[in-house]
Order: sequence, then C-alpha cells, then structure tokens
Amino acid sequence: MTRNVLSRAYNSDIFYSFSHSPTAIVSAVVALLICLGALFAPLVSPHNPFDLATLDLLDANIPPIWSADGDSRFLLGTDDQGRDMLSAILYGSRISLLVGLASVLFSLVVGVSLGLISGYAGGRVDSVIMRIADVQLSFPAILIALLIDGIARGLLPRHLHDSLSLYVLIFAIGISGWVQYARTVRGATMVERNKEYVQAARLIGMRPFTILRRHILPNVLGPVLVIATIHLAVAIITEATLSFLGVGIPPTTPSLGTLIRIGNSYLFSGDWWISIFPGIALVLLALSVNLLGDWLRDALNPKLR
Amino acid sequence: MLNFIARRVFQSIFVMLAVGFIAFAMFRYVGDPINNMVGQDTTLEQRAELRRQLGLDDPFLVQYFRFIGNAAQGDFGMSYRQRRPVSELIESRMPATLELSFASAVIALFLGIPMGIYTALRRDGVLSRSFMTLSLIGISLPTFLIGILMILFFGVMLRWLPSFGRGDVVDLGWWSTGFLTKSGWQSLIMPAFTLALFQMTLIMRLVRAEMLEVLQTDFIKFARARGLPERMINFRHALKNTLVPVITITGLQLGSIIAFSIITETVFQWPGMGLLFIQSIGSVDIPVMAAYLLLIAFFFVIINLIVDLLYFAVDPRLRVQKS
Repeated sequence: MTRNVLSRAYNSDIFYSFSHSPTAIVSAVVALLICLGALFAPLVSPHNPFDLATLDLLDANIPPIWSADGDSRFLLGTDDQGRDMLSAILYGSRISLLVGLASVLFSLVVGVSLGLISGYAGGRVDSVIMRIADVQLSFPAILIALLIDGIARGLLPRHLHDSLSLYVLIFAIGISGWVQYARTVRGATMVERNKEYVQAARLIGMRPFTILRRHILPNVLGPVLVIATIHLAVAIITEATLSFLGVGIPPTTPSLGTLIRIGNSYLFSGDWWISIFPGIALVLLALSVNLLGDWLRDALNPKLR
Repeated sequence: MLNFIARRVFQSIFVMLAVGFIAFAMFRYVGDPINNMVGQDTTLEQRAELRRQLGLDDPFLVQYFRFIGNAAQGDFGMSYRQRRPVSELIESRMPATLELSFASAVIALFLGIPMGIYTALRRDGVLSRSFMTLSLIGISLPTFLIGILMILFFGVMLRWLPSFGRGDVVDLGWWSTGFLTKSGWQSLIMPAFTLALFQMTLIMRLVRAEMLEVLQTDFIKFARARGLPERMINFRHALKNTLVPVITITGLQLGSIIAFSIITETVFQWPGMGLLFIQSIGSVDIPVMAAYLLLIAFFFVIINLIVDLLYFAVDPRLRVQKS
C-alpha cells in the first residue's frame, strides 16, 4: 500500500515537474531547513534566549564572530539584552512560522466555507457575502490587520494584551486574507453546482451540507492549495511587518519582525547585525515559499505546459 | 454610460456608509469615550451631564448619522491622547503623506511601465532577466527591510542622505511642502524609492504579462503580415490593448501607496498620517484611528471611481455597448 502510493507519487506529473525545476528544489530545501531549524529550535540552538538566568547584560551588542570584537560563544553576535542572535532567530522563526501557518489556516477555513456557501446558495446570501468581500478587498490587508489589532488593544485590558497578542495577531492576519479564498472557491462552486453528479446527489435527497463537504469541496480544493502557499509567504511578511511596527509580538518572545524592530534602534550606532540577520532569515523564508508557490501554480496548471 | 456611473457612485456611497459604520462602532463601543475625556476626579453627575451633552444617550441610529454628518464636515472629535481636534492633527500631517505618495507613484509608473514593456519585448535579454530577478526580490523583500537596508547603506555607511524626517519645509499657509528646499528633496529620495519599489515591480510584471498575451493575439499577427514596422506594432497596437488591466491595477495600487506609507513613514520617521495612525494604535487613540480609516476609505473610493471612468476613455468598446 505505502509502496504503491510512493511509486504513484514518484511517477506523477507533479514530481516530474519538481525534479526538473532547480528553483523548486533549492527553495524546497531552504524552506525545509528553516522549518526544521524552527521546529527543533530547543535542540539545535546553542543558547536558550528565553532563559533569563543565562542572559548577561555584559554580553549585549557583541558583533558576529568574524569581526574583531566577536565572541566565540556567539556565532552571529548578540542583541541588546545579550541574547545569542542565532538562537533568537531560530526561536523567532518558530513564532513567525506558527503565526503564518495558523493565520493561513484560519483564512482558508473562513474563506473556503463562505465561498462554498456563497457559490452554492446564490441569491441574497451570495450577494451579501460578496459585497462584504468587495468592501474588504478595497483595502490593503495590512491596514485591516492593523485596525483589528488596534481594536483588540482597546477592548482587552492591558495586562491581558501581551499574553494574547499571538492570538490577536493570528486572528487579525487571518481575517484580512479570507476574501481571495472565498472568491476562488465561489467561482469553482458555481461551476460544479450545475454538474450532473451534484444534481444526482441532490435528487437522492442528500442534505446541502453533505453535498458541499463530500462532493463539491474535493473538486474545488486544487486552486486553494496554490493560493494557500503564496498566502503563507504574505502572512509571514505581514506578521513581520506588524511586529516591526510595534503592534505584533512583544519583545519578550520575539518573532523575526520583533527582532528587526529591536535592531532598528541600534542601526545608527553601527550595530547592524541585530536587524540584518533576522532580516536575511525572513527574506529567505518568504522567498523560498513564494518560489514554491509559483512553481506549484505552474505545475498544477496544464495550460502552461 | 450615465446609468453605469450612477450605479458606481451609489456603490461608493454604500462603501463609505459601511466603513463609516465600522468607524462609528469603534468610536462608540471600543473603550468608553467619557472615561477617555475626563480625569479621575470627575463626579458621576458630571459624567452623566457630559454624556447627555455629547448625545451619547441618544438612540443608536441618531448617533450614527450624527457621526457621519460630523465626519462629512471634517469633524472627527478630539484626540484622546493629544487633546486636540483630530481634524487639526490630520490636516497638519496630510501634506507629508500626500507628497511622499505622489513621489512614489511617479517613480513606480515612470520606471515600472517602461521596464515592463522592455522585458516583454526582449524576453531573453540579460537586462530583462536581471529586471525579472530584481522584481522577484522586490516582491519578497518586505517594505520595512528595504527601508532599513537603504538607511544602513546610504544613511549610516555612506552618509549621503538623511535617514529620518522631512528636512526643511516651506509653509504655504494651508500646505507645508518639502519640494522647495534642498534638504526636503534629499530626505524624500529614500522613503519615496522604498515605498515605490513594491508597486513598481507589480506594475512591471503586470505590463510584461499583458504585453506578452496581447503579442500572441491574431490582430498582432495580422499587423505583422501587413508589414507594419515593429515599432508601430509594439506601441500603437500592443501597448494600447494592455492598458485596461494596467489602469485597473495601477489605480488600486496608487490607493494602497497611501495606506502602505504607514510602514515607510514608521521606518523613516516621516511625519505623515501613517505615523500618526501607528502612534494612535499604540496609545489606543480611537478617534484618530477612526478618522484615518474613513479618510483612507475616501481616497480609495475616489480613486476607484476615477479608474472606472478612465475605462470609458481608454476602451471604446465599452462606450458602444453601454449607449
């Protein structure tokens, strides 16, 4: 059984296109490395940046190992609190990836559900959902995420806000991205709705919910996968941007964006490494996911072959 | 055509009312407006009196339409933090943002469109390939990182350009401009390019994709068969037919330049509306947030309307169909 699946995967068009695209392979390797580094951060990182007992303010702002004042303990130098940059980046990409994946999942569930309902029900339900989508689409996602964050700040008491900031961020980024899924799924659903298998299912008396879930959903998921991959890169960058602007993850458990924000205030004193290294990690992550998404879109689109 | 315009205007009004509703809900229900206006030592009677004076006890719809009416006249209430009218704050910040956005839009259009045409016509040239690679980086690099890198190279290392602020501004009474002084121009360069880069790459890729598509069509083949010079085919026939989607996206992008300036303004400490907005989020200054939201929505709606009207100017088919 496993063997059969493996050989089918090996002989598939997707795998063929993957193994013949150097860009896809390189970006997959880079993305995988960062993901593994983030996942196993407690095992692979040389220090624990959250363990206050091991931090020493005397170690603050040490440049990377290859410059004259470098310290052999800190490969990429330290930040303003004496945290090892490499460890901070590994732990930071963990938070960045977590927020990115969770908010993509959130957008996907909301967007696909609303798209299915909108496309299948049609009529007034459809036009209400799509009007909301239109209004939201006329604003940049980052602005919506910022607003939701601002409102959450107003509604939550101050002491709760820092501990809940992760969830607020996931909610804000997730809500700001659902429209694309909904529009794509709605279009595909409207096509599928009129096909014979759906009519047959309706004739034998299946409930609309079951038809949507068991019959239509699997047939509209293809493009959703491509959108999700590209959206992941966008979500990671949005998280970093919000954290950089100071409305995202607080500096006690920094994400990549928070690290860049911390480093930004030391740029003028020449301590470039605090913001540049997390920046490189962020770009590598976003770029590799973006390239994978581009490749996937081309590979799944038979018109381009 | 009139019918179409009327429908679009109606839709725009609907969008503004919807956004106004969100802004009103924020203003009214996120935090207590009274608590944010008065000090600790105000008695309950005084609070109730103020509440009645401000009309916060009125029915919901009355309050909503009063809010919309005030906002339409430019009255957005008082800032909780700065104790000044919000309209005054925004007015003092608006020139900075609009000048920055205008400069970036000019850069994005006047570099993006020619680069797009060039990469479409010389698909395999070395220059085209490097443009395409650069554009991929431009899309993947977050705006704030581009800004930080620019500050690091041109501000800190080379010391060519100022890294923050607007430089000297000339006050023209109702408008303060940085276009009239040397330091104003110098300060503008880095923020404007930072803000323009993303839109520029987007416009370039869009123009390229549209050009490539149009160049495949039959009427271009026919123009070739007629023996028209390459120059005429490319610019007279192909470019013209790429313009409709380019105008749509470009218009929407110009709107988002104003919104994206939030990030650029924070990086370069540019004293515009975006910086005001970020500060208001940090200090939960709801009236400022609500006003900024309404203003941005207004800009977007106006730009969308203009884009729709431009269609008629660009695409003769629409004029025939609708009339």
